[in-house]
Amino acid sequence: MTAFYTGTDHFAVLPALLLALFGCAVLLFEFVLPVGMASRRALAALTLAGEGFTAYSLYRQHSYLSSQGWPALTAFQGAVTIDGLALAFNWMFLAAAGLAALISYRYLETEGEHSGEYYGLLLFAQFGMFFLASGTDLIVQFTGLETMALSFYVLVGFLRGRRRSNEAALKYFVLGVLSSGLILYGFSVLYGISGSTKLSAVAGAVAGRGAGDPLIWLAVATLGAGLFFKIAAAPFHMWAPDAYDGGPTPVVAYLSVASKAAAFVLLLRLFLGPLAAAREAWQGLTVMVALASLAVGTIAALSQDNVKRLLAYSSIAHGGYVLLGLVAGNARGLQGIVVYLLTYVFMNTGAFLVLVLLRRGEAEGNHIDDLSGLMRRSPAAAVLMLLFLLSLGGLPPSSGFIAKYYIFLALVESGHYALAAVGAIFAAAGLYYYFRLVKTMFGGRELAGEPLAASMGTRVAMVSTAVVTLGLGLYPEPLLQLALLPVKP
Amino acid sequence: MIDTALFYVFALMTLGGGILCITRRNAVHAAIWLIASLMGVAGLFLLQRAEFLFAVQIVLYIGGIMVLFLFVIMLINLDTAAAERQYSGQWKLALGAVVLAGGEIAWVMARGLPGLGAAAAVQDGGEGGSDGNVERLADLLFSEYLLPFEIVSILLLAAIVGSVFLARRRTS
Repeated sequence: MTAFYTGTDHFAVLPALLLALFGCAVLLFEFVLPVGMASRRALAALTLAGEGFTAYSLYRQHSYLSSQGWPALTAFQGAVTIDGLALAFNWMFLAAAGLAALISYRYLETEGEHSGEYYGLLLFAQFGMFFLASGTDLIVQFTGLETMALSFYVLVGFLRGRRRSNEAALKYFVLGVLSSGLILYGFSVLYGISGSTKLSAVAGAVAGRGAGDPLIWLAVATLGAGLFFKIAAAPFHMWAPDAYDGGPTPVVAYLSVASKAAAFVLLLRLFLGPLAAAREAWQGLTVMVALASLAVGTIAALSQDNVKRLLAYSSIAHGGYVLLGLVAGNARGLQGIVVYLLTYVFMNTGAFLVLVLLRRGEAEGNHIDDLSGLMRRSPAAAVLMLLFLLSLGGLPPSSGFIAKYYIFLALVESGHYALAAVGAIFAAAGLYYYFRLVKTMFGGRELAGEPLAASMGTRVAMVSTAVVTLGLGLYPEPLLQLALLPVKP
Repeated sequence: MIDTALFYVFALMTLGGGILCITRRNAVHAAIWLIASLMGVAGLFLLQRAEFLFAVQIVLYIGGIMVLFLFVIMLINLDTAAAERQYSGQWKLALGAVVLAGGEIAWVMARGLPGLGAAAAVQDGGEGGSDGNVERLADLLFSEYLLPFEIVSILLLAAIVGSVFLARRRTS
């Protein structure tokens, strides 16, 4: 019998092991520690320590691969592959989870729902994402997907006392389960035609059949529908505004960036992996979904008065831009996808972060009027929000500009001029609703109420998201280098 | 010979139990017929020499899940439900689905499906070797499927933690 847990296996899954370990540790410590603020602070600190250890293990993988000239490191007989794509996305998940853990403390205290389960599920969700980014086996990918999704269902409904949170969780759960079922059906078709769950073996079977085969078409249709659900791309986006609106804001920040990126990496692993040979089968579908997402996201966001719903529709539109990168299909497109999702982690979390700040006492801080006169009330928060909105709108000098630039560059380089033009039109239309928020912040009447105060964690998160959003806009080189990793052979 | 006879007994149990399960008005009776149906499935597993699946079917489905079903049935008030009309107008739709699925199965059995041989080959590979079914399963679980096995353990942990959290009464 072959060795079933080698050193390479251990090295490859160490980040996930650490996440699981710290997730369990948080759950156990909550049990042992006395009830009180100090203990809850300790649990948050433990979560961040877990992220730190995970970062170190990812860094070791990163430096090992770069010293070897970026080979793909496979483990567990090909079930896990650590390559540039896996690393780039795992860094993204790490950033998103770390930021979410930082901004949760004060929010959960205000809501009176602070407990260890929150941090445990946060880490378990990231554990699932790790296997979405690095899994190259259908079963590993599906179990990873479900671990992530299940943790998110609970996290979205974490505010048990609020009806909207419960409603959001239920809607998200029902549609999420449906989409998981669709994905699983697609997986079963892929397994049926290849007799193996390994993506490498599936690739051979798909290439042998070609894009015209009805079974390939069936697999693409079900996988596509399921994954577009998870990405919240139109016309499969219905759950997103409700889930974003009802869920706890830090969770929504985490959900909107990490869960979207995780679904995208699964899409890339499948569509650019085994299904790359059947490109004609999914190219048209992806173009349609991308355009629908741009249209629905942009147009629906124009009329939203709830900032969280507005950001939900904007997130649908952003999903459309990222899909356009997949449509382009060249190396630049892949690079653009990674750049886009990475900057999106920081700029979108940043925007939600300001909403977390606005959540004080009885004020929910979700309505556009809650932003009114923010410039006079808290200039720092207003300027930061301006920066994040500029970035979401894709204006220089923020990193959002670099992201959109790369997507459009990829489209032009691959000859999709019409798509690039349509994308640019929607990007311009998108500026309108972002600037509606800006106008309210800088022009509106100042609201009375307690001054905004940020906790230590929120301050760290504010500074880091702002520095990254602005810094990568001014000096994008490190970002572009990281985004080149998946393209490396 | 005896195998064939047993197959028909178990198949009858499975199908008859299933039909009675959906036609009984009394929910407890329906649940008991479902047990009969699941036992039939367990018997079919045994005929296929899948002893492990047989044991799991009995322990999990009949032992665990059905007891839960009965608990729920006894906890909620079903008198009103029993008095209501049993079928909504959807039976035509269901009949259509049944005919479609039945036709598909008959068609595949009659013609065979080219290209699905790969999956069948995997199953054939399971024969040979003197190890029993359970040993092979264990071998696979701790070698090839070690990683998914461990991921599922975290998945289930997250599910348990989440459901306990959501069901727990708020203390603060």
